Amino acid sequence: MIPVCRLEDLPEGESVRVATTPPIAVFRTEDGELYAIDDTCTHQDASLSEGWLEGCLVECPLHAASFDLRTGEPTCLPARRPVRTHRVTVEDGVVHVHLGAEEGTAA
Amino acid sequence: MRTVTIVGASLAGLYAARELRAQGFDGRLVIVGAEPHHPYDRPPLSKDFLLGRADENRLALADPEETAALDAEWLLGVRARGLDTRGRTVLLGDGRTVSTDGVVIATGAAARRLPGDSLAGVHTLRTLDDARALRADLTRGPRRVVVIGGGFIGAETASSCARLGHAVTVVEAAPLPLVPQFGARMAAVCAALHRRGGVELVTGTGVAALRGTATVTGVDLTDGRTLPADVVIVGIGAVPHTSWLTGSALALHDGVLCDDGCVTALPQVVAVGDVARAGGTRAEHWTSATEQPRVAVTNLLAGRTLTTARPVPYFWSDQYGCRIQFAGRYREGDTVHVTEGEIADDGAPGASGFLARYERDGRTVAVLGVDRPRAFLRARRALQRTEGRPDERRRVAPAVL
Repeated sequence: MIPVCRLEDLPEGESVRVATTPPIAVFRTEDGELYAIDDTCTHQDASLSEGWLEGCLVECPLHAASFDLRTGEPTCLPARRPVRTHRVTVEDGVVHVHLGAEEGTAA
Repeated sequence: MRTVTIVGASLAGLYAARELRAQGFDGRLVIVGAEPHHPYDRPPLSKDFLLGRADENRLALADPEETAALDAEWLLGVRARGLDTRGRTVLLGDGRTVSTDGVVIATGAAARRLPGDSLAGVHTLRTLDDARALRADLTRGPRRVVVIGGGFIGAETASSCARLGHAVTVVEAAPLPLVPQFGARMAAVCAALHRRGGVELVTGTGVAALRGTATVTGVDLTDGRTLPADVVIVGIGAVPHTSWLTGSALALHDGVLCDDGCVTALPQVVAVGDVARAGGTRAEHWTSATEQPRVAVTNLLAGRTLTTARPVPYFWSDQYGCRIQFAGRYREGDTVHVTEGEIADDGAPGASGFLARYERDGRTVAVLGVDRPRAFLRARRALQRTEGRPDERRRVAPAVL
């Protein structure tokens, strides 16, 4: 379980990158939901935490591959492989990421 | 339409194949490729592939599963040498012919050559085979490398060579590299990146000749100097692959002329990617090659131009540890403002990069970011809203009087 930041430091529509190995991107959607996925696009080296968040989808900033935050699955080319998802919890106002979650189990 | 032939098996050709199947074409699909390889991604060739950080498997654009699902006949390692005047038969270099109802031209472009470039040690960098040969030459210990041309291929290759520990000089005929793309102010930033990366940049002089008998030994410049060299990389642009279409009914002028729906003078022939001059513009961008096939295929299957696309151009370049991203259309006379981050004292980007906006008549027409992916993406999106015509629109048929 990795502490990420205080919840109020992650406004809705924003994301934060956790410098784990491999790095993880944590998103707070406009609806206030929290999701965590592997940060590196499966297509080519680019950080998804710097991507474009729209609903539950994030678009890679380099080539516009898009991933569903809930499942990690790519929703369009050029990405073909999913990113891993990770569970997110908030404890005492601090956002935590739980590593090693399987696909489709992101909180 | 029972048979569609895609001539060209690289990025644009593959995307056209995907679109054909996605848009319901269930007929015979033939894909002709001059190179013996299945579609691979070219941008990493000058970067991660040259640095040995990406192997050939990483370059594949489609996995075996997807390739099987496309259900195409792949004719690889054979060039097209002609298209009959009605566009119904593709003639191949080995004498075979392919009878077809529709044709997607996706033959790309070839690296421009220099006289005398058949000397050993002289390279272009366009194809996987080019990159393999260059990589082999660069792993034989420290070399004196001369890169001819300061464009994107030249800059990225110089950056990779410097990182591999070679002594690198870039020769650029213009006073600054990349001025047509970026304008003088941002071109100066790119020039400073070379210097910061320990690469010598020689500008304002052309190349008179390559020196050497069997193997290259140097580059004679038009200002009288000679640069000693063990390896020379010629990065002076690309020429669209249209010679095979000479004598066909298609209009050719630095590319295959087509409307902004990628349709040529023949409704059953469309063109996409580097070879296509769509709506008066030919773009050698990865993004164009992935965006054009959608409209091209829609129009091909419809038999007329139903949809058009004129997206805001976008490209990127990784060099000297910086990621440069550019969107929009720069024109001489645009004013440039750095709106985020800063340019460092040495003229190269500051530690946290920067964002620059190009303005014309009070509105933003282009944006350049260095290591500012998020701000850039936001600015690019805004640009697409203001500058990009709608992705798709119904074309109103002219009234017949």
